[in-house]
Amino acid sequence: MEFEAVIGLEVHAQLLTNTKIFCGCPTKFGAEPNSQTCPICLGMPGVLPVLNKKVVEYAMKAALATGCEIQSMSRFARKNYFYPDLPKGYQISQYELPIALRGHIDIPVEGGHKRIGITRIHMEEDAGKSLHEGIAGASHVDLNRAGTPLIEIVSEPDMRNSDEAVEYLKRLRAILMYLEVCDGNMEEGSFRCDANISIMPKGETKFGTRAELKNINSFRFVQKAIEYEIKRQKALIMDGGKVVQETRLWDTQKNVTVSMRGKEEAHDYRYFPDPDLVPIEISPEWIEDVRKSLPELPAQKVKRFTAEYGIPEYDAEVLSVSKALANYYEETAKLSGQSKAASNWIMGDLLRFLKEDDREIEESPVTPKHIAEMIKLMDDGTISGKIAKTVMEEMYKTGKMPEDVVKEKGLVQVTDTGAIEKVIDEVIAENADSVAAYKSGKDKLFGFFVGQVMKKSQGKANPGAVNELLKKKLAG
Amino acid sequence: MTLTIKEVEHVANLARLDLAEGEAERFKGQIDAILSYVEKLKQLNTDGVEPTSHAIPVNNVFREDNIMQPLGQERALANAPDKADGCFRVPKVVE
Repeated sequence: MEFEAVIGLEVHAQLLTNTKIFCGCPTKFGAEPNSQTCPICLGMPGVLPVLNKKVVEYAMKAALATGCEIQSMSRFARKNYFYPDLPKGYQISQYELPIALRGHIDIPVEGGHKRIGITRIHMEEDAGKSLHEGIAGASHVDLNRAGTPLIEIVSEPDMRNSDEAVEYLKRLRAILMYLEVCDGNMEEGSFRCDANISIMPKGETKFGTRAELKNINSFRFVQKAIEYEIKRQKALIMDGGKVVQETRLWDTQKNVTVSMRGKEEAHDYRYFPDPDLVPIEISPEWIEDVRKSLPELPAQKVKRFTAEYGIPEYDAEVLSVSKALANYYEETAKLSGQSKAASNWIMGDLLRFLKEDDREIEESPVTPKHIAEMIKLMDDGTISGKIAKTVMEEMYKTGKMPEDVVKEKGLVQVTDTGAIEKVIDEVIAENADSVAAYKSGKDKLFGFFVGQVMKKSQGKANPGAVNELLKKKLAG
Repeated sequence: MTLTIKEVEHVANLARLDLAEGEAERFKGQIDAILSYVEKLKQLNTDGVEPTSHAIPVNNVFREDNIMQPLGQERALANAPDKADGCFRVPKVVE
């Protein structure tokens, strides 16, 4: 039987505010345990939480950027459960009246785009951190993270395979990073993902029972965990078994998902409106103010790059992955006046170098100015495209400007016809057999001669001149 | 409206209460009394009354995103029954 997977994703994104959602404690990552706490986030009796306005604004930005409808009235609710890292015994979240509903993100699929629905976005506080490892007979609790503002973005169950899920997550993360409301750091937990996965026979419309995968902290793990889970459920059903609704964890060591059954209470959160926090009323004027503050988003950038710079959509997509890379490209295109060449050098060479060294574009020793000047050197014939490859590598290694690299390494292109002729004569003399074959009609050998000449000149001969002179000499 | 003993035990479990012998029965009676009072409120005609979550007509109370001096580790842990390495020390949560 052929099966189809049904995937819905819940993303928790930590907001880049200076302070926590309901108190003035700082939210900096990596501080001494419990040093960034106060009576409010410690859950002392009698304290009163007050909502950070920036949290509302950031949530509104995320909502508008994903096409959601911001609700004119929303409020906070208490989600009740016991865990040592939740000092109040409840998490302040939103339940029946979240700040935004019904949005979407478009992802590329073969032959076009697919729209992934967003059910809702709501604001909530993060819990603290429980530490278990290497501690005998106890757990340790650090409440620095307790009260850090989060938005939870819940998707519709619109994805059908792991590729779509990863594509959706990448796009959502890029949007939040463009908005500068979240740093997108998955390792530090600023962008966390839970996945609901079920399978059903192909063509069926009724979803199967789902399993929930918790806290998967990299795109690679999302991909692997979903693929594993689909395989597991298929095997289970083919064996006549049944999928049980449960929470599972991705084991990064063994590459399997593991049931958390037994370690978890039945969900009975007894949500109710938080009496300490008054409702949030959002006027159309406020929404418009926030809308006006939105930056150009990835999808708009792709459109503009293809229109303005004449580069293919694929290139525009790659270059719009982050705001920093998009800015880098635009600067290079403007400085060089050659948008296509700029895109080729960045995508083909620079991004490969950076990836090999696990560096971000911000850390690139090659600046837009480097590439632009190099393109100019190619334009005025000082260097050939082949030499430019060497120059690029050298610029990346040393950070030197292309003129200096060319001078120091003696890479200036040879356009002196006398010098080129001399090389050609040598090649002809050394390859008498091939010359004879060429003259008897084997035209294809021409490329061989070009190659030989370029090799002898160490790539410095001007290819145009080589072609022209070689034709003349071989005809003679 | 009356609760079953099972429901009382469930609520006790959610609240992490250990009920002693006979307590479930005793609390069942008390909770039933409260619930029947709520039942009485339900008889009120509330047609045309908006569902209310807050008693005062106030919305949008915000603070600006400015850092306040936190308590600091030492004071935060001052009342903890048990602590270690700058953390609250609690019974082991997972095996």
